[in-house]
Amino acid sequence: MKLLSYFRGEAFQRGVHPPGCKHTADRPIRRLPFAPRLVVPLSQHIGRPSRPTVRVGEEVLRGQPIAAADGWLSVPQHAPATGVVEAIELRPSARGQWTECIVIRAFEASTQEVLWGAPQDLDAFPPQEIVLAVQRSGMVGLGGAAFPSHAKLTVPEGAKVETLVVNGCECEPYLTCDHRVMVEQAQDLMTGIRHAMRATGASRAIIGVEDNKPEAAEAMRRALPPQGGIFVEEVPTKYPQGSEKMLITALFGVEVPSGKLPLSLGMVVNNVGTLAALGRLLPTGQGLVERVVTVTGPGVARPGDYRVPLGTPLSFVLDYVGAPASVASNSRQVILGGPMMGQSVASLDVPVTKGVSGVLVFRGEDMANREGRRSYPCIKCGECVESCPMGLNPSTLGMLAAKREYDLMAKQYHLGDCFECGCCTYTCPSNIPLVQQFRVAKQILREKAVA
Amino acid sequence: MGSISNLAYAGVFMALLGVALAGVIAYASRRLYVFEDPRIDEVEALLPKSNCGACGTAGCRNFAEKVVAGEVIPAQCTVNAPAQNTVIADLLGVDAGSVEKRVARLACAGGRHVAFMRARYAGHASCRAAHVVSGGGKACAWGCLGLADCANVCTFGAIHMDAHGLPVVDADKCSACNDCVEVCPKGLFSLEPVSRKLWVACKNLADGDTAEASCDVACTACGKCVMDSEPGLMKLDSNLAVIDYAQNALAARQAIERCPTGAIVWFDNPNSPTKGAEAKKILRQNELPLWNL
Repeated sequence: MKLLSYFRGEAFQRGVHPPGCKHTADRPIRRLPFAPRLVVPLSQHIGRPSRPTVRVGEEVLRGQPIAAADGWLSVPQHAPATGVVEAIELRPSARGQWTECIVIRAFEASTQEVLWGAPQDLDAFPPQEIVLAVQRSGMVGLGGAAFPSHAKLTVPEGAKVETLVVNGCECEPYLTCDHRVMVEQAQDLMTGIRHAMRATGASRAIIGVEDNKPEAAEAMRRALPPQGGIFVEEVPTKYPQGSEKMLITALFGVEVPSGKLPLSLGMVVNNVGTLAALGRLLPTGQGLVERVVTVTGPGVARPGDYRVPLGTPLSFVLDYVGAPASVASNSRQVILGGPMMGQSVASLDVPVTKGVSGVLVFRGEDMANREGRRSYPCIKCGECVESCPMGLNPSTLGMLAAKREYDLMAKQYHLGDCFECGCCTYTCPSNIPLVQQFRVAKQILREKAVA
Repeated sequence: MGSISNLAYAGVFMALLGVALAGVIAYASRRLYVFEDPRIDEVEALLPKSNCGACGTAGCRNFAEKVVAGEVIPAQCTVNAPAQNTVIADLLGVDAGSVEKRVARLACAGGRHVAFMRARYAGHASCRAAHVVSGGGKACAWGCLGLADCANVCTFGAIHMDAHGLPVVDADKCSACNDCVEVCPKGLFSLEPVSRKLWVACKNLADGDTAEASCDVACTACGKCVMDSEPGLMKLDSNLAVIDYAQNALAARQAIERCPTGAIVWFDNPNSPTKGAEAKKILRQNELPLWNL
């Protein structure tokens, strides 16, 4: 099997090849204006929610910290626009639960310039202080997981990091935000990589790019520092290469052991978007107030990559790009993230948060052939087994899930290794909702672990 | 000739081997004998064998062992009829005791005719699966999704979905086994003793206007029930009326009478809650259209 993969020129085993649909790859990133009201959730990251440090009625500047980190695995939040704090209350989140949010009414005609932050000379900082500076910037993984970046750049006692892997795969169809960042912010990316290498003590950095983005690889090669240490590697395009474990296999031919982190191999993986944003924020001492979001899909009149202030409600984004919210919501689907791993949203009041990499809009007619599709019993064809990048057996897991044998799934069939890439559901000819069932199983197991 | 004697030898050998091994087994069964109270089997035969776990033990056999050992009382089996538990008690010569009946209760009344949906969920038909997709699309993020995970998980057929997509618990069939409590992703079920007659059928934490806009029967935290009940029984907490069941003796029907939405109800009969006199009458029977914002 491995030999076959080698001859086919594939970088890791199994996986799928969905159509790319990267229609927005050639368009420069544009700015989105401020929405009249910006909603900043206190929990946009994995970890404890931030603690608000402003009061209702207080005026805030763009870039000013408005919530502080609550403990180590938490990050501060910064005001995305100059305005006045209108409320601190429960608002719907993309996950469905209502969470505590700071609502800011932006002053009309206020500037997009960030008005807060003092320049800092990072080259004079020891590694621990770079990590603290990263935490102050409120940075989380912009690839979608929203894991606090400073925690990822912290090397635990006894461990040693040799390689910083920079993830520029962007294997999800439709999404092009990382692609555009690599083309337009190659210099920022190099700055970010340099600081991240110093923070972790890595001696080399390898940027992994899928070979469907040659101009991104070219732009980065041109920006490489003359003293070396940073390399750009192209890997054959395949989904889900953007998963850190798959990318490590593709680049180095080694596998991250089950249940271990890349750290066990002396590696730390970061997304290009994260490091490019760090490269821009760290020298100026600013906080994360905006991110690049791909807004695309058949239901969008003006698709493209937009620099969106965090907290902008989806309805405002969709209005601006020509997908007005007044269209009856039962005739379209709005997905946050990519089509493979993204989540449909139930409400357009939901704001763009740090983890949102894309907003996709599909019209009713695009989904017409999926309407009323039923699922059939498993015919044991093995397509899911052939597609699972983690080497699991989704067919058996699916049958166990239907019987609610969750403990067995975790103990004997390694459900914990599933990272919900959706390849099994994508290939299943019987249309069985496999990854959906695994998500439920993992959720129930998490609940049991807490109880 | 020779073949027949071979057959005979084989037959005799097998017979002797059988006798020898039977001897080993007979010795082993004496030597390794473990005394088990014969009453355990008798009690187990009287149990429902549903292995539901409502009694708090690991299935009916385990319950039988514990009853015989005197660790639990027969009445703790909530599936058996009380008369059946008396039979067990008489067999063991103990008192059957009594345990207050508990039933599963749903803290939501937002069927499809009163609660708006923001978005239509078209995926895998399970509340759990819908819940992880942006909460399932209901305008009220705390409300029942109506995809019947609880009815499917119920071993006793005590839960059915009504015409508006809300689960209805048959108190006579409910054994309080906790399965529906565990399966509901919104945490709407809880096991309540039947003596708790006052009940808030809502979990919406949004402010009153927002809550009522998303669902006709939401608790708007107007506070009338708190004012009308004995001091200490009820309070308002995060936009929701909360009953302190430690003070259950103070509960009176009076508390529900002025509720404008009918979110707080009174269970005279565990199968049919009654709303207060001033609760708005819901005449609509059809499903509400999608809520367009």
